[in-house]
Amino acid sequence: MGILLTLTIALTFVCLQLGTRYVSIGEMGSTLGRVLGLLPVSGNETDMTTDAILLHLRLPRVLLGLIVGSSLASVGVILQALLRNPLADPYVLGVSSGSALGVSLAVLFGIGTMAWAIPALPICGFVGGLVALFVLYRMSATSDRLPVHSVLLAGVILNAIFSALIMFITSIMEPNRAFSMMAWLMGSLVAPVDQSLLALSAYLAVCLGLFFSKVGVLNLMTLGEEPARSLGIDTERTKRNLLITAALATGAVVSVSGMIGFTGMVVPHAMRLLIGADHRLLLPSSALVGGMFLMTADTFARSVFAPSELPVGVMTALVGGPFFVYLLMWRKDRLS
Amino acid sequence: MAAQTVYEVRSLFFRYGSARKEHPWVVRDVNLRVDRGEMLGIVGPNGSGKTSLLKLLAKILRQQEGEITLFGQSLETVTQNEVARQVAFVPQDNQPTFAFSVAETVLMGRFPHRPRSRWDYGFGWDSREDWAIARQAMITMDVWHLAERSVMDLSGGERQRTVIARALTQTPTVLLLDEPTAFLDLQHQLEICSVLRSLKEHRGLTIVIVSHDLNIASQYCDRIAVLKEGTMFAMGSPREVIRQDVLQAVYGCSVLVDAHPESGLPRITLPREGVRSR
Repeated sequence: MGILLTLTIALTFVCLQLGTRYVSIGEMGSTLGRVLGLLPVSGNETDMTTDAILLHLRLPRVLLGLIVGSSLASVGVILQALLRNPLADPYVLGVSSGSALGVSLAVLFGIGTMAWAIPALPICGFVGGLVALFVLYRMSATSDRLPVHSVLLAGVILNAIFSALIMFITSIMEPNRAFSMMAWLMGSLVAPVDQSLLALSAYLAVCLGLFFSKVGVLNLMTLGEEPARSLGIDTERTKRNLLITAALATGAVVSVSGMIGFTGMVVPHAMRLLIGADHRLLLPSSALVGGMFLMTADTFARSVFAPSELPVGVMTALVGGPFFVYLLMWRKDRLS
Repeated sequence: MAAQTVYEVRSLFFRYGSARKEHPWVVRDVNLRVDRGEMLGIVGPNGSGKTSLLKLLAKILRQQEGEITLFGQSLETVTQNEVARQVAFVPQDNQPTFAFSVAETVLMGRFPHRPRSRWDYGFGWDSREDWAIARQAMITMDVWHLAERSVMDLSGGERQRTVIARALTQTPTVLLLDEPTAFLDLQHQLEICSVLRSLKEHRGLTIVIVSHDLNIASQYCDRIAVLKEGTMFAMGSPREVIRQDVLQAVYGCSVLVDAHPESGLPRITLPREGVRSR
């Protein structure tokens, strides 16, 4: 875990360096010095540009990648454990598109431009995500052990319905608002306003805190509800609390960064292969690696075709989609 | 000295389903007493309520009417966690979803004994004592050599033994098993049964076992409860209830009952079709 933490911090610095304009470690050091007041304020034009790029463009964005990535990976871990389905992911199951629909509706009715939009939008996303999770939960509650593929199918259908509604909303919006809406939907970490970064961190800190406080129970929940209950767990309450928290985390993430797919599935899966299934290690390591994964993907997205950039959702889907297909094919025997 | 009573079940009624839609009773007016240190078998045809009764004893299901007491305390007033410290339940279906190792799976049995507050279950790392108990259980169930293996790669018998080891790791006084020998070959059936008997004899464990296999029930159980359509049809020692007339009434077919060549306890055999019509 220490290694992963060190790696995350190191990678954060590398991601800060890369972009349309390369920033060396030395330059970064002097910016840091100026921020901390150790170096005198520089009147030099280049230094000021560097400071602006680092502090106002890259730092918020890299941090956003980190927290969004770790939240998505954590939500993935939680959903996989509760639904007992190794392919669960907020994006695949339609939870993200439910949240996106909630946020779109809020924007359509003008909540997005109100003064309290920044804390309110995550709540709208939360409600949308909760609807999606409720449908999935009802489905998996009616039968003790729903086949993996039926849950995925339900996710596909939810996705289709929510996407259709989102399309409808975008099509009745005025063109330039619709355009920015589309850009957001594709999943992007375009440098957010500082307040929204702050609001998001607050929401996610609460969610991750709740996830971690329940981490000891997750292992037992994967046994199924009845065995878990026979081992002394109040399964109904645990399940309800964790699903609501997962919807809140997804809603918060989607309201800021749109629909970023597959992070919640690819990362926990890879970590399970590396360190095993024990959630006491899996959750924290997935959170760290998820942060690294998205931060790196975003750095690629904004560097490869610089100065123009790809939506990061495109990057993660290009990596995650084939991985998903591979899992479906290769692990078919174990999933049925 | 009278044997100590573990479970006392009084006029128990249970059915599945919600308040809106009423399903038929699965368990109807069942009365039952389980004594300390005995091995009780629950037998009956498919859908006679055996498994539901077992799950009610484990507080996995809640009855609509009637009462269950565990060591004199109503199950309603005992928390799920307190039940789990006394009672271990071995379910029938143990398909794993994730590749936990055998040791990790067995250690989950320590969960009810971990200190916790209402809100915070914490990480609950396994203590040295947890490990010692789990190791002993794995040795008892002969899965110690598999400790590092993934549960996904185990055979049916190994998986069943792993789950029983997890139940023993709960250090229970009562062990509830749902069809522990189903889907196992002869050698593994025998292994599980003799381990259960030695747990009963050497550790004084109280065992309640649901089984389809009347011969196993007859050979290993002290008393047998025969359920029919959710009600208690007969209750008593193997010699008292494994009888042709009882089985005819419960299962609706006649079977041959003779004595086991070693134990002298009742043994049943399915008749040839021609034997009956002769």
